Amino acid sequence: MTSQLKPDHWRSAVKYSPFYNKIKEHDYVNEWHRWAEYTTATVLEDTTIEYFAIRNSASIFDITPMSKYRIKGPDALDFMNRLLPRDMTKIRVGRVAYTVWCDDEGMVLDDGTVFRVAKNEYLLCAQERQMEILRRNSVGFDIEYSEVTDEIAAISFQGPCTCKILKNMGFEGVENMKMFDLRFFDFPGGEIMISRTGYTGDLGYEIWTKNDQAELLWDSIYEGGKDYAIRPIGGNALEIARVEAGLIAAHVDFSPANETVRPGHAKSPYELGLGWLVKPDKGVAFNGRRALIKEKEKGSRYRFVKLDVEGNKTACNAYLFDKENGKTIGHVSSTAWAPSAKTNVALGFVDMPYGEVGDTVWAEIYYQKELKWNKRWAKCKVMKDPAWNPPRKTLTPPADF
Amino acid sequence: MTNNLNNSYDVIIVGGGHNGLVCAGYLAKAGKNVLMLEAQSQVGGAAITDKLIGGKKVSSCAHFLNQLSPRVSNDLNLASHGLKLSASNISTIALDLAGNHMHLNKTSVKGGNVSNSDADNYKKFMTLMHEYAGTLGFMIDIAPIDIFNLDWDDKVAAMKLGWKFRFSLGAEKMSEFLRMIGMNIRDVLDDEFDNELLKGALSFDAVLGTYTGPYSPGNFLTFLYRIASGNSGAVDIPKGGMGAVTAAMSSAAKANGVEIRTGSRVKSINVDNCAVTGVTLENGEVFNAKIVASNANMKTTVLDMVGPRHFEADFVKRVGDIRMRGAAAKIHIALNDVPEFSGLARGDLINRLVIAPTQNDVERAFNHVKYGEVSTSPMMEISIPSLVDSSLAEDGHVLSATVQYAPYDLKGGWTKKARADFLEVCISRIAEYAPNIREKIEYAELITPNDMEDRYGLIGGNWHHGELTLDQMLMLRPVPEASQYQLPLDGMYICGAGAHPGGGVMGAAGRNAALEIIKGKTK
Repeated sequence: MTSQLKPDHWRSAVKYSPFYNKIKEHDYVNEWHRWAEYTTATVLEDTTIEYFAIRNSASIFDITPMSKYRIKGPDALDFMNRLLPRDMTKIRVGRVAYTVWCDDEGMVLDDGTVFRVAKNEYLLCAQERQMEILRRNSVGFDIEYSEVTDEIAAISFQGPCTCKILKNMGFEGVENMKMFDLRFFDFPGGEIMISRTGYTGDLGYEIWTKNDQAELLWDSIYEGGKDYAIRPIGGNALEIARVEAGLIAAHVDFSPANETVRPGHAKSPYELGLGWLVKPDKGVAFNGRRALIKEKEKGSRYRFVKLDVEGNKTACNAYLFDKENGKTIGHVSSTAWAPSAKTNVALGFVDMPYGEVGDTVWAEIYYQKELKWNKRWAKCKVMKDPAWNPPRKTLTPPADF
Repeated sequence: MTNNLNNSYDVIIVGGGHNGLVCAGYLAKAGKNVLMLEAQSQVGGAAITDKLIGGKKVSSCAHFLNQLSPRVSNDLNLASHGLKLSASNISTIALDLAGNHMHLNKTSVKGGNVSNSDADNYKKFMTLMHEYAGTLGFMIDIAPIDIFNLDWDDKVAAMKLGWKFRFSLGAEKMSEFLRMIGMNIRDVLDDEFDNELLKGALSFDAVLGTYTGPYSPGNFLTFLYRIASGNSGAVDIPKGGMGAVTAAMSSAAKANGVEIRTGSRVKSINVDNCAVTGVTLENGEVFNAKIVASNANMKTTVLDMVGPRHFEADFVKRVGDIRMRGAAAKIHIALNDVPEFSGLARGDLINRLVIAPTQNDVERAFNHVKYGEVSTSPMMEISIPSLVDSSLAEDGHVLSATVQYAPYDLKGGWTKKARADFLEVCISRIAEYAPNIREKIEYAELITPNDMEDRYGLIGGNWHHGELTLDQMLMLRPVPEASQYQLPLDGMYICGAGAHPGGGVMGAAGRNAALEIIKGKTK
């Protein structure tokens, strides 16, 4: 196992990603925050401009701080199949799976992506730390697991022009990659991994390199994309994109079960709208299986809803009601004015059986105008699909520019 | 069952310890087709009578019968299957170096300079303990209440518990019970008594078979448990040793139709599509059943026999975390004649002899194991069963003693020298009270906690397959997800001491498990 603390770790209170110096060159506003141990940009210049790089050209977001783990060994598949509710036998080498993982009670610990990089080797990427979860899951399996967060530098490269830029960089055949494919490509300093994955609901890729390849990768992206208005982005722009795309975030939309103390505050995959990930009949035990089977029989407590909110005031922190001045039935967990979808989006939870697709619920919205608080009632329509779900997200090969 | 061509049974019991035998007996009585598989050449687990030397025999592990459930004994009619007592309701004699020994009975105590007020308090105290035991003892004979998934039985038990607390015990005694439940025995006894010898002997009962000293929290409960389980704290000696108890259970099981195969070590419990399908022996033989009840240790069952991958990870973690530290050793001595104990008549020696002079002595003896050492001046419970049972030794006698404390993880390991040294410490300790014992010794052996693990599968050398502490009792035993004997794996049960109500030769766990299997509640 990798030692997490280097002998001189105390010299710096935060870690700097191998992309830090490159990103810093584009930093106008000096707004950074801590993500795990790393410092990461909140905004570099302007959130709106950065957001539109995601939707209209090409954006670079540094995902080096993501918790990354390598799991390998003869039992790697069995291990993943017990850890995750998805049927991992269906995920071939060269494929990526979005998934959640649960505790024994069927409550979600975190979500993330699993990369099957070889027959007996996986890469697990998550927002939260997973070492303890891997440790307790490893009992009885012939596998090794280690945290590789600090050994892999990664960027999320998202936007309609990204495929074209990667082609310009000489990654032959990258256009044939389907969504959730991963491939290795030659690159100075050794192979790098490119996956067609992301957190924006758009065309995009994630690129995984060794630390010492990071700056070279950055430069070659800029070279390949010099005509495409590439822009590094901060977390705020990404936040808008992910809400617009209806994607959930740990600690925002759900509280990881292992950090949740109040009863009823953790959520199951069904309650997060991710029931499609759960395969109770895959024939082997997996964490949460018994509880999830029971939940499916008896029904869930909550329903995850994507709401189209009337008006232009975001339903930030709003309660949800069955009617105006009616009964409280839920709450909003994430909001954004979705600039491309031109929709006032809210993600949230309502008690069952409320919130079926097409239903109307009401949000009580508080907003401030020149220091004065105002209140309004807004009708919210439960959407079936994310506000932003363009065909180019999955189109293969992507359109050229 | 000779009509069994495809090796299929209703229930397979893995391990023929006393709880397994009881479980099998009840299941077969209820009409189930039961196969029992035992690794050793004889059933009985740790409750057996084994050869010592020459024609002499001795109970290998437990040597007194003080917890056997009378209900089990009656239901399986163990008397008709050969269970006899060679002595019943024997006294405890707390040994005193000056020869001023103390005789303790159910509610009376004499000798040992016990004052009148201590004797009165003893009567009051023990009466109260028996009242607690009588009120709450019913919990031992039922599955723990499943508070997350209450069925009718659970609701009845919860109501009964509430009723007994409030109306049988009454508010005052209930509040006193709740005050005492988490206490250490030392504080309880210091509240009640002055006599050090009396307190020493009573504290010994609280720490016997545990990894605690009198000052350790929570062992008042272990003390109470001794009284609440089985026959109200009365101590008996079975004729033929503890092996006779399990022999009677085995005979009862067979009479009810259980097929028992010895020398059949189970290698794995088989699982297909998240449900149990049977077992595979080490020799490759496969037996099929939709229900498997394991009498083996919980860790062995989950981690080795079934395998962690068939369970969910938090459950596996909890099973791995069950505390099962043993700190008791045994010595067996073949004697050419009974040694003389200063101040005791030969007739007194049929009783249970306890060396635990003061609570501080017990605590001091415990100190060593915390650091991986053996006690230099150990505490003991001594039995000379051949005085009342000549079948154990045709000529001469056998002495059996439980010795505390000896650690499982002895610093430097249980080498030949370490064993010889500790055996010598133990014999010297007895010689303090019986100076001529060395002249009488033909042979002596030491059984360490590690031997108990190797021979009887008592992981960590703990008699109870899991320490009996408040956090590992009732609905928390062995872990919350398996407290009603059913594991979170379809068809998989446990029926051993690792489950409620725990260890000692009680049989209650086996019976409760059988009733749960018959009930067939789905989880």
